[in-house]
Amino acid sequence: MYAQMIKTASNSVKSRDEMSPEEAAFQDKIDNDIKIEPRDWMPEDYRRTLIRQIGQHAHSEVVGQLPEGNWITRAPTLERKMILLAKVQDEAGHGLYLYSAAETLGVSRDEMVEMLHEGRMKYSSIFNYPTLNWADIGAVGWLVDGAAIVNQVALQRTSYGPYSRAMIRICKEESFHARQGYHAIMKMAFGTPEQKKMAQDAVNRLWFPAIMMFGPNDSESTHSEQSMAWKIKVKSNDELRQQFVDQTVPQIEYLGLDLPDPGIKWNEERGHYDFSDPDWSEFFNVIKGNGPCNVDRMNARVKAWEDGQWVRDGLMEHARKRATRKVAAE
Amino acid sequence: MAVDKDKLLQFLLRIGDSTLVLSHRVSEWCGHSPILEEDIALANTALDLIGQSQMWLGYAAEVQGEGKSADDLAFLRDAWDFRNVLLTELPNGDFGRTLLRQFLFDAFQSVLMGRLIKSSDETVAGIAAKASKEVAYHVERSADTVVGLGDGTEESHKRMQQALEYLWPYVGEMFESDEVDAAMAEAGIAPDPASLREEYDALVGRVLAEATLTIPEGKFAHKGGRTGYMHTEHLGHLLAQMQWLQRAYPGCEW
Amino acid sequence: MKNEWPLWEIFIRGQHGMSHRHVGSLHAPDADMAIKNARDVYTRRNEGVSIWVVEAKHISATAPGEKGPLFEPSESKVYRHPTFFDIPEEVGHM
Repeated sequence: MYAQMIKTASNSVKSRDEMSPEEAAFQDKIDNDIKIEPRDWMPEDYRRTLIRQIGQHAHSEVVGQLPEGNWITRAPTLERKMILLAKVQDEAGHGLYLYSAAETLGVSRDEMVEMLHEGRMKYSSIFNYPTLNWADIGAVGWLVDGAAIVNQVALQRTSYGPYSRAMIRICKEESFHARQGYHAIMKMAFGTPEQKKMAQDAVNRLWFPAIMMFGPNDSESTHSEQSMAWKIKVKSNDELRQQFVDQTVPQIEYLGLDLPDPGIKWNEERGHYDFSDPDWSEFFNVIKGNGPCNVDRMNARVKAWEDGQWVRDGLMEHARKRATRKVAAE
Repeated sequence: MAVDKDKLLQFLLRIGDSTLVLSHRVSEWCGHSPILEEDIALANTALDLIGQSQMWLGYAAEVQGEGKSADDLAFLRDAWDFRNVLLTELPNGDFGRTLLRQFLFDAFQSVLMGRLIKSSDETVAGIAAKASKEVAYHVERSADTVVGLGDGTEESHKRMQQALEYLWPYVGEMFESDEVDAAMAEAGIAPDPASLREEYDALVGRVLAEATLTIPEGKFAHKGGRTGYMHTEHLGHLLAQMQWLQRAYPGCEW
Repeated sequence: MKNEWPLWEIFIRGQHGMSHRHVGSLHAPDADMAIKNARDVYTRRNEGVSIWVVEAKHISATAPGEKGPLFEPSESKVYRHPTFFDIPEEVGHM
């Protein structure tokens, strides 16, 4: 998802017998759906895993501004331009909420940003794919945000209070994202032959990257058990992926577009759609930094940060001067 | 009193094109600002400016009477038909220059909108009433940032002073008067821009002084944007980007 | 990171709100900019009528457990609202 392949800081799930009284009390709270708040006692591994997960989620929102931002100045109507700008702005806001949630765990936003820029923290694989035609903007909103929402809705119930509250706020704001995306791609799918071609091209290119967002298959997924026990992961990768595929296939069919995967078939027995496994070697390559846009994305973020240094410093220095003058005047 | 339709159209395009072109420039920052809070704030400014463009250009299209829409005017005119002031089409430069340009424009807009809400043309007055609330916030925010950066570190001060040297020659054009402005003034639709200068100078002078920035002495003013006589080379590139989809795939619904 | 902007906690009273509510945090160099940033970050969809900002380090209570405030879409930005987009029924829930 926006947080993929999060390594849980501990190696295995602790059994009740292995827990200290504090740990047991902590686990009781989680089992009873009582939120953990910043000042509550928590295991160090819980704290570290959360910082990694929330931080990665926040970075994904911020890096996620770039592929869509790529089309703001080329949006075809004033209304589409406003919708897209408002949406990309929302992503910045979501990044901000998530960084704030992580900051309650004792790490600052600047520290997390530095870790991202030094490659010590990651962001979702999906944002390393390019947006090549206008229909991609519809497809990103519909498929990528659609996939994100499936995960985020589940995460509203996560055990850490600030993270859960950020998720609730984000889900509320994001409900318009998927719909605007589908609305945009509908216009294309039902438009001229060229527009339809753009829509098909976008769906073909983004389908597998979108379903990879949920992370590796459960059988390959390491370290999830402890995260599940801590309720910082609420549903498994495969569960979420299936849910996404089930809700999305009829939406593709409605558009009259070809399915992007010949393996998609309704399975009466399972009551779900079957679909092909994505090429996981591609996924791991993207995670390693070899995706089509990894280098560009990171360069853009580092440049924004470095070019902005004098601005942040300047405004901070002015605030200090003002405070000093105010004290002097009193 | 009936006002010349073409002159009213020119007047509306001057405002609408300025907000449109500036919104494009501001939106270029989305995802690239120095800090998330500024990124979000700039996006708000750009959104307001696009919204204002829709209103001004929508009314312009109505006055034109050829069955066009605001979108048609935005996406299907060539550079020589654009009437934005040159200030708005200049490249962003660094963040400081972008914010200083924003302030110099916001200050003008805030003075102008204050007058336009009393326009004899009800539509103009209505649009100005809505825009003036947005502009009041824009100018407050951009002024604060200009002061903060001007009176910040040595480096931020130096960069802001350089930005001011670059931008100042483009301020004068906003106060140019021609026969379009004379007709608007006569009809009570809009003030003569020259009459706004005093109020503008007072506002800008106060903020720049607080920012410890020195207004360049030169009186020279670049012009040609609001008359359409001579834009900068930058506008063509901006439009090539903005209008590309509409031009490449004409007649589509998006 | 000596120059990191301080963290501020933001409280907003909505149009029909009886009191200010904690809506989240943000970074700003000083209180004035924190108020402006709060306006831009936390009132994108609603009409907040009053904003309080407190530097986070001055807060000595536990974080509130309230649910996030409900946001009314502002009139001029209806496109932020999901119902602005007509999605045919056949498509199903989105």
